[in-house]
Amino acid sequence: MAKSVRRPTRVMLLVATRKGAFLFHGDPARRQWRLDGPHLLGCVINHLVLDPRDGFTMLMAAKTGHLGPTIYRSTDRGKTWQEAKQPPAFAKAPEGQPGKAVDHVFWLSPGHSSQPGIWWAGTSPHGLFRSDDGGITWSGIEGFDRDVVARLNAAFVATPDGPIVHSILIDPRDAAHLYAGLSIGGSFESSDGGKSWRPLNRGVAADFLPEKDPELGHDPHIMALHPLNPDRLYQQNHCGIYRLDRPGEVWTRIGRAMPKAIGDIGFPLVLHPRDPDTLWVIPMDGTTVWPRTSPGGRPAVYRTKNGGKSWQRQDAGLPRRQAWLTIKRQAFAEDGRQPLGLYFGTTGGEIWMSADEGGRWRKIAEHLPEIYSVSAGSV
Amino acid sequence: MRVFVASPLHSYTGGRGEVEGAGATLAEVLADLDRRYPGIRFRIIDEQDRIRHHMRLFVGEEPASTLAQPIRPGQDVHILQALSGGAASAGGQVLNYDIS
Repeated sequence: MAKSVRRPTRVMLLVATRKGAFLFHGDPARRQWRLDGPHLLGCVINHLVLDPRDGFTMLMAAKTGHLGPTIYRSTDRGKTWQEAKQPPAFAKAPEGQPGKAVDHVFWLSPGHSSQPGIWWAGTSPHGLFRSDDGGITWSGIEGFDRDVVARLNAAFVATPDGPIVHSILIDPRDAAHLYAGLSIGGSFESSDGGKSWRPLNRGVAADFLPEKDPELGHDPHIMALHPLNPDRLYQQNHCGIYRLDRPGEVWTRIGRAMPKAIGDIGFPLVLHPRDPDTLWVIPMDGTTVWPRTSPGGRPAVYRTKNGGKSWQRQDAGLPRRQAWLTIKRQAFAEDGRQPLGLYFGTTGGEIWMSADEGGRWRKIAEHLPEIYSVSAGSV
Repeated sequence: MRVFVASPLHSYTGGRGEVEGAGATLAEVLADLDRRYPGIRFRIIDEQDRIRHHMRLFVGEEPASTLAQPIRPGQDVHILQALSGGAASAGGQVLNYDIS
């Protein structure tokens, strides 16, 4: 019998940390939050995502300090977890040749709404994998290795902590139209379901490279595509905040309109799901030795309502001084509700939320392990 | 033979730290273990058949660096975790073994 269709009324926060996963169940008003966890205590969880296509399936990218990487699945909203039968893994290299091994799965994206069961995963070192069975078994994408990874490996030395594939985006109008972000590596596009890829980095700075305007090798920290206007892309890059309106090919640095004293460096970025011109960023100190903390010790979220032409500071409720927060690229989320709820998690184990689109912030959790990702699901 | 399994892998062995295994080499023993406890091998050995950085395998009392290591009758296999961390300066240095 088909499950009864019920309009989602509550928000569930999915929090991945360096020491396990935590679920926060909100009441309908988003005032009270019930903590469920830890799940997989001690595991390093890089990403934890609820499948919006069924509202029940969750995938978790996990490893431990000792054991190799894997993926856990839940089909009952996190009550029970089962390990993938065949986690993402690179092909065995020919005898005598060094082969790559997945260090960790960094990113998980549910597939197109017309393709239930399909998931995408990005790994470190660079790898793109696809599952056709809800995350039970995974296969590598050969065209990505050929068109992206091989080109990057030929031109660049990997960063010490390992290159990652993130921001796997699927065009809601066309399941075969994909984007992916690579740190380092740049933004890439596929129009044939991942069989072939091409760079999409014109206009994006890469100040850390000797070449002035390279075709690839950039460092997008995160990239997002607007669900109502999928021709509108944004990215928070190592070198600024950018917008791209397709079929255009040249990114515009909208971070130039940020206050000079704050700059336009950061990790995360969140789009308003009902307004392609509204988005939020959380600036960090990207000067000198790159502290990656709140500029001046005064945390703030910055919002634009006109596609990046101007930005407003939103810090009501956040600490006023001596607060040196770091928010990772996957640790900022929205809940889709009206008014939109925003949530971010810090490396110091705090979760902050705003129930009014950034107007006022309050802390809803503390003393968690280092937070790697925060996502919100409607249940 | 007896195979002693470190605690991070007990979720695969039903909580047991000592299990039965069969095989003439480490590779065969690990394949046997994976049949009995699906998924356990990939957490210990990567897709290039290398022992993972923070795992150590012993045959009898001797450390093994390759899966081709033969196992003589009567020898035990130990699958250990190579603990590190706890200090920023540890830099991945192996500080201790723990088979509890």
